Amino acid sequence: MTDLTKLTLTEARDAIAKKKVSAVELTEAHLKAIEAGNGALNVYVLPTPEHALEQAKASDARIAKGDAGELEGLPLGIKDLFCTEGIRTTACSNILDDFKPRYESTVTQNLWNAGAVMLGKLNNDEFAMGSSNETSAFGPAVNPWRREGKEDKLVPGGSSGGSSAAVAANLCLAATATDTGGSIRQPAALTGTVGIKPTYGRCSRWGIVAFASSLDQAGPIARTVEDAALMLKVMAGHDPKDSTSVDAPVPDYAAALKDGVKGLRVGVPKEYRINGMSEEAAKLWDQGIEWLKTAGATIHDISLPHTKYALPAYYIIAPAEASSNLARYDGVRYGMRKPGKDLIDTYEETRSQGFGAEVKRRVLIGTYVLSAGYYDAYYLKAQKVRTLIKGDFDKAWDDVDVVLTPTTPSPAFAFGEKSGDPLQMYLEDIFTVTVNMAGLPGISVPAGLSSEGTPLGLQLIGKPFDEATLLRAAKTIEDAAGHFHVPQIWWS
Amino acid sequence: MHVDEATVRRIARLARIKITDDEAKGLEGELSAILDWVEQLSEVDTDKVEPMTRVVPISLKQREDVVTDGEKADEIVANAPMSEDDFFVVPKVVE
Repeated sequence: MTDLTKLTLTEARDAIAKKKVSAVELTEAHLKAIEAGNGALNVYVLPTPEHALEQAKASDARIAKGDAGELEGLPLGIKDLFCTEGIRTTACSNILDDFKPRYESTVTQNLWNAGAVMLGKLNNDEFAMGSSNETSAFGPAVNPWRREGKEDKLVPGGSSGGSSAAVAANLCLAATATDTGGSIRQPAALTGTVGIKPTYGRCSRWGIVAFASSLDQAGPIARTVEDAALMLKVMAGHDPKDSTSVDAPVPDYAAALKDGVKGLRVGVPKEYRINGMSEEAAKLWDQGIEWLKTAGATIHDISLPHTKYALPAYYIIAPAEASSNLARYDGVRYGMRKPGKDLIDTYEETRSQGFGAEVKRRVLIGTYVLSAGYYDAYYLKAQKVRTLIKGDFDKAWDDVDVVLTPTTPSPAFAFGEKSGDPLQMYLEDIFTVTVNMAGLPGISVPAGLSSEGTPLGLQLIGKPFDEATLLRAAKTIEDAAGHFHVPQIWWS
Repeated sequence: MHVDEATVRRIARLARIKITDDEAKGLEGELSAILDWVEQLSEVDTDKVEPMTRVVPISLKQREDVVTDGEKADEIVANAPMSEDDFFVVPKVVE
């Protein structure tokens, strides 16, 4: 085997099962790729090579004993929002400083129980607040894709930009990610990778640094739909430590992929044809409709009338919940402390120096909308709008099984292009945020290239806990569109 | 909704974030723009709509009311910037 990092997760699993490659060989190949590429791509904020090799050796020992798990010996990247026991976890914020959790998040523990290997902690927007990875305290991860004939650095999307870029650049076989308003699907779309945000409650939130608790959900970013299915099956499941995690059986997602989409009812919502959608994104959307039709699905025009209110409602609910969640960073119990003249001053100095500009902006918005006299006008109003958004989908499910939309209005942009204007950056999530508001599963699958030669994705939205159908439909698009690989390795 | 500088300072105080004069001025514009933009929600008639309280209709699980964790003060203070004998140490609050 020439380049082990080019394998898909599924191929690597099979190679390990057939003893064509060892967990240590697979891990060493990835560690070498990280050493060569991380300087330019900045995807890992903390590579953990020694830990990875230890885990890989333990994997090989289990394989020798015939005791292999579902992801035995497969090297993964972990978003720095997941707490990892004894290994620095920062949410890419200065305020967490050198925080070393004394516990392991449930989702990552599920991966280690299945035999997976951790290559390191991946870059993300600070506290997952951003759509370009530019708010990370470690500086942004860089998209391995570049515009044809150009050398400008492009954003990998956000907040899971380290995850998406690392998967696209073959610096891990797959990665964990989290999605509050689009943070799995938008970066997947911008890097030609597959990202699935499962139904709220499918994966435990325990041990994941909280942003907006009623919206946060973990999921994988991978190179193929089958790989994403394999990852999700291991990550998902009920956890008594998260009261919102759902006690429902987790199906074998990969096994369901072969069923195809014959007879599947696909909804196309008219409200997503917005001004500002690039012509190529619109064209690709039509192409996606054709692909699904050719494979035997039926297409239905549907209406989701409250779509346009999802983003403004999100920018009340998410900051409100964030302002509560981030109250814990006070310089007393963990993370950094900047001493002031008294206790209050210490809080204020610590939070002033520990939080970046976007986090401060959102905490302040959240504090404002929750402050005395404003709760009903903002938060309660937004939660009512959320009921209406969910109602739109509930009605749609009478007629369709999945909904097809573009993932983003346009392809990857350059650094600095949108970071000056918060509102313009927020619009990156316009097609993804409704899914979080309604708690539904959503997947982004690469579907084509823009005129600039950069990837574009299509999004499928499914019924609650029907990730299996979503993955099936995504596989149909993947089969028709093919895979998209970065044309030139410029980073090592 | 226009947020003036005094309101920005009051909110920052509530959020326990110290802001500079320059930051206060910048935030005045940014917060006003964001609040203006979310104002479009007032177009939506929500008079007879219940607020969403959960995304999936499941009832929360209950468990026995017993202690399942604890006796690890040393682990709890392990990441504290300052601790003494398993206590968090903060600046003096009572004169």
